[in-house]
Amino acid sequence: MAREFKDISPNASAGEKVTNWFENRFPTAFDAYKVHMSEYYAPKNFNFWYIFGALATLVLVIQIVTGIFLVMHYKPDAALAFGSVEYIMRDVPWGWLIRYMHSTGASAFFVVVYLHMFRGLIYGSYRKPRELVWLFGCAIFLCLMAEAFMGYLLPWGQMSYWGAQVIVNLFAAVPLVGPDLALLIRGDFVVGDATLNRFFAFHVIAVPLVLLGLVAAHLLALHDVGSNNPDGVEIKAPNAPRDANGHPLDGIPFHPYYTVHDIFMVSVFLMVFTAIVFFAPEFGGYFLEYNNFIPADPLKTPAHIAPVWYFTPFYSMLRAITSEMMYALIACVIGAAAFGVVKAKLPNIFKGAIVGAAVVVSAAMLSIDAKFWGVVVMGGAVVILFFLPWLDNSPVKSIRYRPDWHKYLYGIFVINFVVLAYLGVQPPSPIGERVSQVGTLFYFGFFLLMPWWSTVGESKPVPPRVTFVAH
Amino acid sequence: MSETLVDSKKIDSSKRTWLIASGCAGAVGGVATAIPFVSTFQPSERAKAAGAAVEVDIAGLKPGEKVTVEWRGKPVWIVRRTPEQVAALAGKDAALADPKSERKPDELTPEYARNEARSIKPEFFVAVGICSHLGCSPSDKFQTGAQPSLPDDWAGGFLCPCHGSTFDMAGRVFKNKPAPDNLEVPPHMFLSDSKLLIGEDKKA
Repeated sequence: MAREFKDISPNASAGEKVTNWFENRFPTAFDAYKVHMSEYYAPKNFNFWYIFGALATLVLVIQIVTGIFLVMHYKPDAALAFGSVEYIMRDVPWGWLIRYMHSTGASAFFVVVYLHMFRGLIYGSYRKPRELVWLFGCAIFLCLMAEAFMGYLLPWGQMSYWGAQVIVNLFAAVPLVGPDLALLIRGDFVVGDATLNRFFAFHVIAVPLVLLGLVAAHLLALHDVGSNNPDGVEIKAPNAPRDANGHPLDGIPFHPYYTVHDIFMVSVFLMVFTAIVFFAPEFGGYFLEYNNFIPADPLKTPAHIAPVWYFTPFYSMLRAITSEMMYALIACVIGAAAFGVVKAKLPNIFKGAIVGAAVVVSAAMLSIDAKFWGVVVMGGAVVILFFLPWLDNSPVKSIRYRPDWHKYLYGIFVINFVVLAYLGVQPPSPIGERVSQVGTLFYFGFFLLMPWWSTVGESKPVPPRVTFVAH
Repeated sequence: MSETLVDSKKIDSSKRTWLIASGCAGAVGGVATAIPFVSTFQPSERAKAAGAAVEVDIAGLKPGEKVTVEWRGKPVWIVRRTPEQVAALAGKDAALADPKSERKPDELTPEYARNEARSIKPEFFVAVGICSHLGCSPSDKFQTGAQPSLPDDWAGGFLCPCHGSTFDMAGRVFKNKPAPDNLEVPPHMFLSDSKLLIGEDKKA
């Protein structure tokens, strides 16, 4: 559909003429600028929590740019990889800086994304009509985990090697097809050169392409439905107040208002980021583990192996599933089924189905190794996030208008997550095992019981417009 | 659009049938094309060919010592157990998940090692040093008695540093640990009293 060619006055300035020349030939770019920047109305009451989306985009750019430069010197070969990373660190001019930016960027990505997800959690940003925004976001989180995991193999240090060995063996726990699946992922009978090469391909091209596509979908879907805000009030609802031009009174254009806002916070973020890059790039062994400065040795596992900090909450849940824990899980399944049969208002045929499913699941739990269920729990801990929009039945979106005890519950959820993360870094111990088992039950209970607890208690009245004090 | 390009009364149904049929054929072709791509993930012919048997000289191995050799890229341990360590293997069946090596015997325990010591000669224990949980290599904990991460009545064995699975001196996994199976005993045979061949046994 061709649009009308716009003529401009011959007296117009050179700048206006150039703009007009481009606008006539590429109007899409000009429309996109309006839709996503100058006329994208975002709620005016954004607070501190709304910075992390922009920061995640910044870190993505840092990772892509530093990654491209690292690939110019890195060698994806089991015999050369470790040496080539040391070569980047010692012999390539400024190579150490690029590498530390990339390794710190990986941890920064997870810091920013965890905070971004927490924001969504407390303000109900996943609720209707933003379910797809949340789903794309969860898919981005999965891609990031894949990126981080496969990237960590590339330096071919002891942690790279044994970390990959453990995670690939997770897939071997799947009944029947597991061992063949693990073989297909490794491309050899143990983690080796073939594994390194394919992880390199996934890390530098396959996953980043998917990631960029998902980021585009996340942003486009967000701009279609509009941003949520700390009050959970829809500023673009049909009955929301608007000015004479039809723009929401509670919204301000993303550019220049939030771009300036973001640039300020980007500077603050970069101060912290560069401080870490220059003064503590290993961050006490949390960002780059000490064992990874030892070349991979397939014959010897380091005395203590743990994943990088951002995987440890999920790793703790994996370790929590022992054959003893299986009895607790079976009790949970039977309890849930009994509750469903007694309480739910369902036809008898569905109740029969619930009982049947509980029996099948319990039998499977007894007959298949705890190891497989550990993998299921670890995967389930991430997958359950996808279902959040349909688990939350609270009448209000934002934590601000929920019953006060919800705040404490979210507080406990965060503490529980941090405790699980801490335990995942520690060597296995009997007390740690018990605590992580309780923590795992709480984590899943939080989500699986959410349809019930989110309706309990009296929510406060939601104001018709966002709370905002001009400053 | 103001005018429709398709007159619903004049649909050529045979043309439509052929369009659907060729579309399906194309989809089958597209899926079939995925097969060679997925197949490249399999171990290459070179990777399959590697894995010859390894000969080990155990003449210098003293009681209580262990050597590790590489076979098919995996660590294989040869432990020369002391008489006390062999004696400690007995009578612990209740604490072990699979004391008689009955789980997956074809994969984990060759016939000649299906005994309490899981070995041909009780003195020499040969095992692949890869934990049956997630593939870490357990560490030696030959010292007996209480120590961190181990029970107080520890009689010697192996501890996996990754998830805390414990194994006795015959590579048998203790109950209620993440690892489901005993350590794998690879095919092996004695060429002489001091020469061990890992990767082949008398059947071959």
